Amino acid sequence: MIKTNIAPLMFQKMKKNVIRERVFASVNAVLLPLIGLLLFIALWAGVAKNIDTSLGEFPGPSQVWEQSFVLIDEHNAQQEKAEAFHVRQEERNAKRMASDASYEPKIRLFTGAPTFFDQIWTSLYTVAVGFFMASIIAVPLGILCGLSKGTYAAINPLIQLFKPVSPLAWLPLVTMVVSAVYVSDDPMFSKSFITSAVTVSLCCLWPTLINTAVGVSSIDKDLINVSKVLRLNAFNHVMKIVFPSSIPAIFTGLRLSLGIGWMVLIAAEMLAQNPGLGKFVWDEFQNGSSESLARIMVAVLTIGIIGFILDRLMLTVQRYVSWDKSISLR
Amino acid sequence: MTNQAQSNTNRMRHLELSDVGIDFPTANGPFNALQKVNLNIAKGEFISLIGHSGCGKSTVLNIIAGLYQATTGGVILDGVEVNEPGPERAVVFQNHSLLPWLSVYKNVELAVKQTRNGRSKAEMKDWVQHNLDLVHMTHAADKLPSEISGGMKQRVGIARALSMEPKVLLMDEPFGALDALTRAHLQDSVMEIHSALGNTVIMITHDVDEAVLLSDRIVMMTNGPSATIGEILDVDLKRPRNRLEMADNIQYNQYRHTVLKFLYEKQRKVESVSAVASLVKKPKNTSNNAA
Repeated sequence: MIKTNIAPLMFQKMKKNVIRERVFASVNAVLLPLIGLLLFIALWAGVAKNIDTSLGEFPGPSQVWEQSFVLIDEHNAQQEKAEAFHVRQEERNAKRMASDASYEPKIRLFTGAPTFFDQIWTSLYTVAVGFFMASIIAVPLGILCGLSKGTYAAINPLIQLFKPVSPLAWLPLVTMVVSAVYVSDDPMFSKSFITSAVTVSLCCLWPTLINTAVGVSSIDKDLINVSKVLRLNAFNHVMKIVFPSSIPAIFTGLRLSLGIGWMVLIAAEMLAQNPGLGKFVWDEFQNGSSESLARIMVAVLTIGIIGFILDRLMLTVQRYVSWDKSISLR
Repeated sequence: MTNQAQSNTNRMRHLELSDVGIDFPTANGPFNALQKVNLNIAKGEFISLIGHSGCGKSTVLNIIAGLYQATTGGVILDGVEVNEPGPERAVVFQNHSLLPWLSVYKNVELAVKQTRNGRSKAEMKDWVQHNLDLVHMTHAADKLPSEISGGMKQRVGIARALSMEPKVLLMDEPFGALDALTRAHLQDSVMEIHSALGNTVIMITHDVDEAVLLSDRIVMMTNGPSATIGEILDVDLKRPRNRLEMADNIQYNQYRHTVLKFLYEKQRKVESVSAVASLVKKPKNTSNNAA
């Protein structure tokens, strides 16, 4: 009798424990980061009040919060203006067409100042192009370095030499070269865009290059023997064995590269005056109104959040393409 | 004696290792791993190479595969000298060596596509299926290597090697990493396949029972450096062989005894004993230091 009663009781107790542990785990996962965030905001608010700059008090969380809505409003207002402009233009063209059949309608673009959100897009576009150019160079070069010790020995000093160079040092050189080389009456891209993208490329070449080379040179020797026994030619050897086998390493490199690229981009845009987030920060700094610092702080947080999202995106892609599911990627 | 000489000349037609030796370059000059390995293998013969670890069994196999180049002597297969790896000497590697990003089917397909032998697309597909059937792995065709067990991976490795239609199938300790039951299963499979296809097989093993059960001849290697063939044992047991019947077979046990005697009396590994002794000593020293 007693025995039969105890078993379900014990089971229930165990079940309770399991539930309790799960609740704890989820509370920890949500609550602890929240506590960290709140503490930071409180500290920020407290310290900000005590810093007086020539542009007024350093912005606290509430001013920054306010400014983020101001920026959204400005964006909406600008879009309304743009829409009104296009409607007006269409009406005008229609009228002239009605009175004069031979009239060819002119369509002009809206030339209002770019808003914060336009600038975010510009930045994302620029970093994507720079990152893409770097990857196209770094992956094949990395594979070459990994395959041939000679190539690696030849290129390694260059990698070590240029890897630590700051984007700010490259920028003047890149600017001058771009202005000298990219001469066109009807340029498809603005020079500032190309300068920024090239600078980003120069800085995010290295992690991909190094990781690819390491990944390729550490391929399982047995897999290389398989390739030999199958008599795969050089092209198939690279495409069927080398490349897939180093994909986890390549993506580790790409993820690091994108992170660096995003960081470098802001500095590059500031100096190259590419109309992205970097220029936004610079313009606000030059503007020097009482809201400038709060607006810059909004940009800082935005840059952080976008950087975080980009990293998560790369992580998702990395998890998806990586065949080695035993590695825990984080 | 004359009988054996007769069979040797017949064997010469297929796979011939003559005076094979190899030096590996080291910091202290060349290291002679193998010397004067002479062996003639007949078509369809099942040969086991057995010996202590480090005796150069794998080196012999790699030379036949063409992955290593012999320093002296050479290997001739059907009248052509072997000097590079190729699908007519397919290798089953010890740790399966399947491409981890390809499914079981695609792993075999890669080999089939590469050694096309004039097959059409549909015929290639059938051939992949046929080889997976042969090792009883059709049910897992779409799985990744990481999703199947060690024994299954090795089966796929065998299917991949067989799909190349090799003249000689080289197996480098194919079942070394498997548990005893799985190993027995795979041994039965290999015997089945060998009797059906009649490939020439050269297998490296540490396992005396495996060698006696599977082989037509067991090649016993002396210890290195400068390792060579110590003895060759003809295993004259009727096929198909059944492992349960063999356990009571007097002849089988005699063969087994011969190999064991070679390994543990004639070629006892002295070096390994001293290595063990030094290992035992080491922790003692550290404890002394600590005190």
